[in-house]
Amino acid sequence: MSIWEYANPKKFMQTSAWALPWVTGLAVLTLLGGLVWGFFFTPDDFRMGSTVKIIYIHVPAAIMATGTWFMMLAASLVWLIRRHHVSVLAAKAAAPVGMTMTLIGLFTGAIWGQPMWGTWWAWDPRLTAFLILFLFYLGYMALWEAIENPDTAADLTSVLCLVGSVFAVISRYAVLFWNQGLHQGSSLSMDQEEHVADVYAWPLWTAIVGFGLLFVSLLLIRTRTEIRARRLRALEARERMA
Amino acid sequence: MMALLSRDLALAFRAGGGFGLSLAFFLIVTVLVPFGVGPEGGTLARIAPGILWVGALLACLLSLDRIFALDHEDGTLDLLATAPIPLETVAATKALAHWLTTGLPLTLAAPVLAILLNLPPSGFFWLTASLALGTPALSMIGAFGAALTVGLKRGGLLLSLLVLPLYIPTLIFGAECARRGAEGLATATPVLMLLGITLGSLALLPFAAAAAIRVNLR
Amino acid sequence: MVELGKYAVTVLAAYGVTILLVLGLVALSLRKGTRVKRALEVQERRMAKNG
Repeated sequence: MSIWEYANPKKFMQTSAWALPWVTGLAVLTLLGGLVWGFFFTPDDFRMGSTVKIIYIHVPAAIMATGTWFMMLAASLVWLIRRHHVSVLAAKAAAPVGMTMTLIGLFTGAIWGQPMWGTWWAWDPRLTAFLILFLFYLGYMALWEAIENPDTAADLTSVLCLVGSVFAVISRYAVLFWNQGLHQGSSLSMDQEEHVADVYAWPLWTAIVGFGLLFVSLLLIRTRTEIRARRLRALEARERMA
Repeated sequence: MMALLSRDLALAFRAGGGFGLSLAFFLIVTVLVPFGVGPEGGTLARIAPGILWVGALLACLLSLDRIFALDHEDGTLDLLATAPIPLETVAATKALAHWLTTGLPLTLAAPVLAILLNLPPSGFFWLTASLALGTPALSMIGAFGAALTVGLKRGGLLLSLLVLPLYIPTLIFGAECARRGAEGLATATPVLMLLGITLGSLALLPFAAAAAIRVNLR
Repeated sequence: MVELGKYAVTVLAAYGVTILLVLGLVALSLRKGTRVKRALEVQERRMAKNG
């Protein structure tokens, strides 16, 4: 009967219904604030010109892309150990958000790279690692879609998330090694965090907080949807059996 | 365990067992590459280690869904799950059987195909060595992917989507090892990393694969 | 309006792609959310009626 016993999901629905407007409002505020501040009120970089404004979406998106995967890993672990349905549904709900963030990071990076590096794409370790991360998101979501039984899907995707995390980390360092093997050092990669000046740092931090809140807001919305979809399935199953 | 291994090997070698298909695929891919990139010897020699590694990897992928699917269909897997040997051992044995029928022949065939791609003589040893060290990891990772998708009807394509990203580190270190060998550079680092990945996969993935099978048989 | 100089297309394209992707994700999430919510309400009402 565990599938119909949703005391815990019920609590989650109540709490999230209360929190959702606040989180969403704050997300819109900080996101707009950070982006408008960055877009209209910061000077051009002497080297990169106005393209420096891309930083306010590129860096937060990249942070959220990796952060989402770690959140999914944590949620999968909680599911495997404690068997809380909400946890694994949150991981499922987070995956498309993380994938979109990865895509934003890749696209804005390519658009930025074109005038700065003279190429849309370079097999730079950082870029390659993000492409690999994108593939992992794809595989994780495809496995969810493919399996009928929700509990089987939850278990298998969680195991995949665990194993995938290990291999994603290995890939990150393998790619670093591989690229150094091809080129002597990588002149293309810039460590943005270290170079960014104070003028850019404050709107950037605001945008990062904004993206984070946007993620939380979307996560709440999508998890609520998943919980409802699950309850719908359970009710339909009960009706068929009656 | 030995009985399971010999049974799997016998099934694979029998007509229709799929043995040889991977080898044929490997041969065809290798033959196709010069048509794609041109017959110029220098270019071929430069890309030979990478092409052979990618070809072996894809050939390995072809036979993955056979690891558990047939046994799942006829109920053998249920019997194996209740057998006195642990399911982790079953998964590892299955991977070993897959390696003996796919990875090992691919490794042995690679030097022959390398001649077609103009690989310099210095590269043969490291190509074979890197494949011998790396293909067990490919089989074990593949067995894990096959365990995840064993209950699915259209699992084949999904299996590739799941397994290929997991193959990336093995491919990087394996191909790098073969390339450095061919160019006469030091190969110690990639060899050690490749060995690390193989041993790590062999040590940990049987547990993940067995867990996935248990979920799928539930 | 800010002066974007010769990189105007680049910057605007980056922002455009991002806004499109985020809006698409938000729209999809909301649409699926309302659809599932409505289906669940219909189902619950029907089951309440039939006991």
